[in-house]
Amino acid sequence: MKYEPVIGLEVHAQLKTATKIFCGCPTTFGGNPNDHVCPVCLGMPGVLPVLNKRVVEFAIKSGIALNCSVAHFTRFDRKNYFYPDLPKDYQISQYSQPICNNGHLVIGGKKIRILRAHIEEDAGKLVHAGAAGLHGSDYSLVDFNRTGVPLLEIVSEPDIESPEQARLYLSELRTILRYIDVCDGNLEEGSFRCDANVSIRPVGQTELGTKTEIKNMNSFRSVQRAIQSEIERQIDLVERGERIPQETRLWNEATQSTYPMRSKEEAHDYRYFPEPDLPPLVIDPAWIKALEATLPELPDSRRRRYMEICHLSADDAYVLAESKEMSDFFDRVIALDTPAKAAANWLIGPTQAFLKESLIDFAQTKVTPENLRDLVAAMNTGSLNSTTAKQIWLDLLREPAEVSAVIEQQGLSQVSDETKLRSIVWQVLSDNQSQLDEYLKGRTKIRQFFFGETMKALKGKGNPQIINCLLDEMLAEAASAVK
Amino acid sequence: MITIKDVEHVAKLARLALSDEEKSRYTKQLAAIIEHFNELKAVDTTGVEPLAHALPITNVLREDTLVSPPGRALLMENAPEQENGYFRVPKIGD
Repeated sequence: MKYEPVIGLEVHAQLKTATKIFCGCPTTFGGNPNDHVCPVCLGMPGVLPVLNKRVVEFAIKSGIALNCSVAHFTRFDRKNYFYPDLPKDYQISQYSQPICNNGHLVIGGKKIRILRAHIEEDAGKLVHAGAAGLHGSDYSLVDFNRTGVPLLEIVSEPDIESPEQARLYLSELRTILRYIDVCDGNLEEGSFRCDANVSIRPVGQTELGTKTEIKNMNSFRSVQRAIQSEIERQIDLVERGERIPQETRLWNEATQSTYPMRSKEEAHDYRYFPEPDLPPLVIDPAWIKALEATLPELPDSRRRRYMEICHLSADDAYVLAESKEMSDFFDRVIALDTPAKAAANWLIGPTQAFLKESLIDFAQTKVTPENLRDLVAAMNTGSLNSTTAKQIWLDLLREPAEVSAVIEQQGLSQVSDETKLRSIVWQVLSDNQSQLDEYLKGRTKIRQFFFGETMKALKGKGNPQIINCLLDEMLAEAASAVK
Repeated sequence: MITIKDVEHVAKLARLALSDEEKSRYTKQLAAIIEHFNELKAVDTTGVEPLAHALPITNVLREDTLVSPPGRALLMENAPEQENGYFRVPKIGD
């Protein structure tokens, strides 16, 4: 029998505010344990949380960018459970009236619906003493620095049809949140986390199978692999006639498989009720409009523009639009009348390789749009060959400079002066008489040797097209002289 | 109808250890409370929005400005147990 997977994703995106959701403590990652805490985020008796305005603004912006409808009335709820990383014994979240509803993203032509996006506070971090995990440790240590850091939980509908589509959805979601500058999307530091709900059903069946929830994946690749492994495990169970228990499973990167998390006996009885400490929010349409006006052009629209107006391939358009910084840069370069394809090639080829190698973001490089315009222009006029141009570009990525100044200072300008080149080619041919004789006897491969010697004499800066023309011309002359 | 099982469940969620006598007493009391809600349910609330908050206020917000935390030495003064700047908690059971 053939099975199809049904996948839904829950993403927790940390909102990039300076302070926590309900108090003025910093949200900075790391620091000494319990340095970024106060009576409010420690949940001490008598304290009152006050909502950070920027959290609301970031949630609204996210809602707009994810094609959601932003609620005009929204409120907070208490989610009650006991766990030592939660000092109040409840988490302030949103349950029945979330701030954003009914959005979607389009991934490779397929519409993935977003059920909701809601605001909530993060929990603290536990360190289990004397053991790698919870089990086997005699006691635990709690660091509440992360407690109260604002999160946006984005819940998709079970519309995702493959592990790869799940990865692409996550990647697009992260790119959008980074574009609108509400989340830094750092997976290692946990500012973008994902849980997956996975089930399978025979192809053609509309009824959903029993789902399991997969946690503990810390890269897009591991999300894809974890879902793949879970699908295979479920198919295997069903094929053997066994039942799939509804449970939470953890991904183990080392074994590349999932294993069941020990279930809490009274799991998922959160007894949500309206948060009495926080008054509800009424969101004026004018506020939404004002925030919408601050949003940049989103990646999907840029990609379409790059394909339709700049005639770039879909792959190139994707790479360029991946980071807002690079895409903005590209737009500024083409606004300077630089041919789009040439500009894109520089940004995609050598620049991507450089970024990958030096482990930095494009924003950290030193290049200016004028640099790229000048470089492309210098190549088009023949004053730079591609090898030299590439070297200059790599230097510019590290150190700010002007292209014309670099060419002049380092004497890198390509030699295109025909008279000068002709005398050098002539010199090379006459200095290598025996090779020339071999060539004339029919060993035409030796032509490459002459080209190399000419370039060597010019320290690599000769214009290759002109040298080739001159070689053709002078070798033909030599051949006719022999006859 | 509230049963002793419901009381045991709620007590467990609230981390309360109840004696048998308390369990049966609370079962009766909770049943009376639920019964009262059933009476309230009889009121026609068509067109009345559910109450989100007891006070008629909305949009109480603060700016995203940093307030220096008071420091962990002070905050941990009342912690029953601590270790290297962490709050120390007993073994977490399943």
